[in-house]
Amino acid sequence: MSKVHIGCGAGFAGDRFDAAVPIVAALANVKGERFLIYEVLAERTLAIAQRLKRENPDQGYSPFLDIYLPLVLADCHRHGIRIVTNMGAANPLGAARRVHALARGLGIRGLKVAAVTGDDLLATLSEHDIRREPIIEGIALDDRPIVAANAYLGARPVADALATGAHVVLVGRTTDAALSLGPLMHVHGWQAGDLDFLAQGTACGHLLECGAQVSGAYFPDPGFKDVPDFDRVGFPIAEVEADGSLVITKPPGTGGLVSRATVIEQLLYEVHDPHNYLTPDVVLDIGDVEVMEVGANRVGVSGARGKAPPSTLKATVCVDAGWLGEGEISYAGPNALARAELAASVVRARCRAIGIGEPVRVEVLGSGAIFDSNGRARRPPSASAAEEYRVRAAVRSANRKVAQQVSDEVLSLYCSGPAGGAGVRQHVSPQVSTASILIDRKRVKAQVALVEET
Amino acid sequence: MNMIEVPLHAVAHARAGDKGNRSNISVIPYLADAFALLVEQVTEERMLAVFAHKGATAVKRYVLPKLPAMNFVIDNALEGGVNSSLGLDGHGKALSFLVLGEIKVRVPVDCIPAGSPYREARANGER
Repeated sequence: MSKVHIGCGAGFAGDRFDAAVPIVAALANVKGERFLIYEVLAERTLAIAQRLKRENPDQGYSPFLDIYLPLVLADCHRHGIRIVTNMGAANPLGAARRVHALARGLGIRGLKVAAVTGDDLLATLSEHDIRREPIIEGIALDDRPIVAANAYLGARPVADALATGAHVVLVGRTTDAALSLGPLMHVHGWQAGDLDFLAQGTACGHLLECGAQVSGAYFPDPGFKDVPDFDRVGFPIAEVEADGSLVITKPPGTGGLVSRATVIEQLLYEVHDPHNYLTPDVVLDIGDVEVMEVGANRVGVSGARGKAPPSTLKATVCVDAGWLGEGEISYAGPNALARAELAASVVRARCRAIGIGEPVRVEVLGSGAIFDSNGRARRPPSASAAEEYRVRAAVRSANRKVAQQVSDEVLSLYCSGPAGGAGVRQHVSPQVSTASILIDRKRVKAQVALVEET
Repeated sequence: MNMIEVPLHAVAHARAGDKGNRSNISVIPYLADAFALLVEQVTEERMLAVFAHKGATAVKRYVLPKLPAMNFVIDNALEGGVNSSLGLDGHGKALSFLVLGEIKVRVPVDCIPAGSPYREARANGER
């Protein structure tokens, strides 16, 4: 019986904090090797983590570690469910020490915790070297200081970390799919040349990495795509056999839906060329993938094909990108659209009058503005039956003062704008921009360490 | 066959994702029987026209008959994406519904799932 079960407890930092609890309860009732993964590292998240680590060398791991893990750590340890997560962020070793501290507080004894490092290019390369690599996506780095630069590691180091016997594995930047493929390589003994197995495992990881997006979330469209008990949506569990057979399901007793439609939407999510999805472990081709309902809330996925992986790794480079300033105010009731448009024109005129040089976007939300471009509306807004509009202004600037000034021009509409302006909210926040580069994989050395209790 | 014009929303669902300044939007028919008509009518050119106001420069369509589904990759659709867009939706996550609403298709009524509000609206209109 070599079926591996992998549950996903989070698809991004900020995902539902207690989603893993029903997964752990379900996994406790099945035999074989079981894993719980959490994916919490968006492109920009590492830059924020890197800043925290600079301020305090013990920090820089995901702040969500303290939110997610205390709820499941004791039960996972009791039932032999191993945890794999990228909550290591900029500091996997620090995260491992923090897990030991949490375990101590929960009275857990004998927990083995491993950390995977080596993704942090700033630790091994000079800024100069990083800037020399070709940018395949994102902004020009210019001479802006690099806040973070991390290569996407593959699944091999995750599998190696599990081979140490670790109950919890903390990584920084890896491909999201590696969180699932690593456990599968470890248990099933899949090697670098087993390309079709690696492809099935990567498809599995891709389907799980966004949490409930494969099991009914980010899916409902009432009357068209309805999902039962949606407020209690169950997060996904994958069952994967040594021959790559894959079934996506969810814990019993939860809401949500695992169907052909939910799985196909997620299969193509953030995929460009479906025949060439590049990862450090395998180039995935989903052109011949078949998706079949094999039971209630059970969907089989087969036919993923693999090709040899590229000789380069993708890395994300984050630079400081100044400030985003935003301000919003609402207008409702009779003639609301006219009052909102007057307010928008006042903000535009005021930004010119006080000498804001940066492009300012001023829009009337509620008229379909979310689809507009910065410069152009798709069509003239028409008054809606709801008669409620929200004026929003936004600017990006290297200068925090400018971001605040534009936001404050919306605030001033409280007393100096059209009649009935209400509910101002302001937001001025530091920004990070990213560029993707390719780096020769020989220049990136992943390392696995078992971290002792301190 | 009696053909009717409906928004793509009546016959397909979609999900949008982003990488940098590129958007990918899957278009998945509710009923496999509708797929050939969608392949014929939901073209790269029409998709590019939906994103013209954003400055999109090119669209590549991938046809996946086994699912069945299409995947559209739209270059420069996101005004810089989360790196530089001033819009609320830098990721372009709402754009799947722009496509479902803007693109109209001509299909037999059988291509609309039973119970769909579009079918009911049509039935009521005929009465």
